[in-house]
Amino acid sequence: MEISSKELWTVIHGMGFGALFLLAFAGGLAGLYSLRPEWVTVEGVKERLIRLKAGLWAMAAIAWGTVLTGTYIVYPWYRAKPPEGTTDLMNFPRYLLLASESTAEWHKFGMEWKEHVGWIAPIAATVVAYVISVYGTQLTGDSKIRRALLWFFIIAFVTAGVAGMFGAFINKIAPVR
Amino acid sequence: MSTQTSTQTELPNGLAAAALLAGGIGSLALGVITPLAEAVVPIKDALKFYAPAGPLSGKTTVAVIIWLIAWAILGYLWKDKDVDFAKVSLWALILLGLGLLGTFPPFFDLFASG
Repeated sequence: MEISSKELWTVIHGMGFGALFLLAFAGGLAGLYSLRPEWVTVEGVKERLIRLKAGLWAMAAIAWGTVLTGTYIVYPWYRAKPPEGTTDLMNFPRYLLLASESTAEWHKFGMEWKEHVGWIAPIAATVVAYVISVYGTQLTGDSKIRRALLWFFIIAFVTAGVAGMFGAFINKIAPVR
Repeated sequence: MSTQTSTQTELPNGLAAAALLAGGIGSLALGVITPLAEAVVPIKDALKFYAPAGPLSGKTTVAVIIWLIAWAILGYLWKDKDVDFAKVSLWALILLGLGLLGTFPPFFDLFASG
């Protein structure tokens, strides 16, 4: 049972950071949505906020980890240019995808979208974590801020989801080895 | 156990508004730089901050820097203020949406030069 360092970094980027962020989303969303005075007692809100702050900062850190490992570690392997005269493109995923009409869109649409849109997730997640940390219990009485945070959080999830989904498909069709 | 009335003063909404609007600005920055790099080859080349990652390294670094600068400025200006939060958050979401549009390949490919 072997795994190369490139494959290991791809797993850390996608299955580690990326999947963890997406899995944590449901908990964060439930926590954010339920910050309402009519649903939770004052003590309940305080207790919930401790978990929520820790969870949201962890999610923001994970989202940064995902894009940084993706852009600076995995992506250079993906886009590496094959030496002149190379016929076996197995180790050059970008060129392997572009070599066939049936797979070219995985790069032109999938990878191009993934590599850009994924960066919106950590920005949005950091904003949410920061506002929750600064305002704390005050948010239970401010539905406008809560609603805006929910939208940012959902957009963080959707952008991470798009990036994760295309990452999984592309790594299936033209894996980084 | 004493029953105390909380005298904790509420924070003005300026810091939240600043963080959200800055997030929108950061997203928009990425959504503007991406088509711009497609349209202008010298800009695309200049954005290759880390050669192995190509222009993606520059596009995202510049967007993050713009986001942080916008956040610092807006946070400084609004930290003690109550702003029209509905209006600011709507703009933040519009900018976020424009950022999503600018990073969507069928859109930014329209600007591709050759």
